Amino acid sequence: MKKLAGAIAVILLWNACKFNSEKKTLPIYGNRTPITKVVNGQTTTDTIYQTIPAFKFIDQYGDSINNKNLDGKIYVADFFFTTCPSICPIMQRNMLDVYNTFKNTNDVKILSYTIDPKHDSVAVLKKYADKLGITGNSWWFLQGKKDDTYRLAEKNYLVAVKPDSTVAGGYIHQGYFVLIDKKSRIRGAYDGTKPDEVKQLIADIKTLKSEPDQPAVK
Amino acid sequence: MKLKIIGSISIILFVLTVTGMFTSCQSDEEIEFKRYYSSGSLVYQTKCQNCHGTHGEGLLRLIPPLTDSNYLKINKKSLACIVKYGLRGEINIKNKIFQEKMPPTGLAPIEIANVLTYVTNSFGNKSGTITNQQVEEDLAGCK
Ligand code: HEC
Repeated sequence: MKKLAGAIAVILLWNACKFNSEKKTLPIYGNRTPITKVVNGQTTTDTIYQTIPAFKFIDQYGDSINNKNLDGKIYVADFFFTTCPSICPIMQRNMLDVYNTFKNTNDVKILSYTIDPKHDSVAVLKKYADKLGITGNSWWFLQGKKDDTYRLAEKNYLVAVKPDSTVAGGYIHQGYFVLIDKKSRIRGAYDGTKPDEVKQLIADIKTLKSEPDQPAVK
Repeated sequence: MKLKIIGSISIILFVLTVTGMFTSCQSDEEIEFKRYYSSGSLVYQTKCQNCHGTHGEGLLRLIPPLTDSNYLKINKKSLACIVKYGLRGEINIKNKIFQEKMPPTGLAPIEIANVLTYVTNSFGNKSGTITNQQVEEDLAGCK
């Protein structure tokens, strides 16, 4: 019995070492479609992963931001509104950790889409960003058509946001931080209200940066 | 000899009873304070912490901290109104101007008393129990 326990412990330890020495990569989320091609008489199958489609929004400086601005960038997306009384302050407190870790890193960005564009004008967003101490171009507060935002949230980032007059602030939304890689694929979703998960997000961004198919920006 | 012993025993008993009474009186107040404070800490976690932070630190220039003992002292009589009806307009907290909006919380007077006892005795503040009765009086004077 003792011997068995010893053997198990050795195996576990060995596995732990093995696991640690392997280079970690993050999973890829969303729908995937296999594409079969015939190249030089050989049949190969490629997998096409779900990606974030083209979009166009306005940032807190009044500049237009579209998916081209994010070519070759890793980014974190979330949905919020400036007058949100419930979870947004917690999310912003946690997102500030992400911001402070990567604000000088050229290929990591943060995109916070407002789900209340009627109230959250460019001027309101600028003021909000100023009060959070956000400068430069690493954290964009984005404003666009409400339908576009909701479609992007539900269909693409897989975060549910809906108007709901029964909830304080008038909107329910889940405080997810979604991690997007340099090829616009979804690589993770983290509860933005939980400091532990946001710590994991920061670690995962570092892992993602070192994946071989995430080359440094040209 | 016997008398002396009886005498000293009764003195000891007397001293014990008096200190006993004294400490039990004090701990009645203490117990009241602790009851308010610990219920208040629960109210704080569910109703205030998201905005004002785990340690009352606030959020940069968006949400003021609850560490300005001076502000809390000067405005002691308005705190219940702030918690019940919310607050808007310009305030100066720790030499920073805030011009934000705190929404009404809809708490009952006893919950307000609990949470205010917690806030005004945490985060470096220290000003004793704010009782249910005090809160009801203060609420009657809200503008
Ligand atoms: C939705 C976010 C939010 C919640 C929840 C909230 N507050 Fe506030 N609070 C604020 C803001 C914003 C201000 C500043 C309002 C202004 O600028 O006029 C404020 C101001 C205050 C002030 C006066 C200023 C100061 O910093 O001392 C007190 C006291 C206070 N809040 C206590 C509480 C307590 C107690 C609770 C929980 C019962 C609570 N707040 C819940 C956002 C919030």
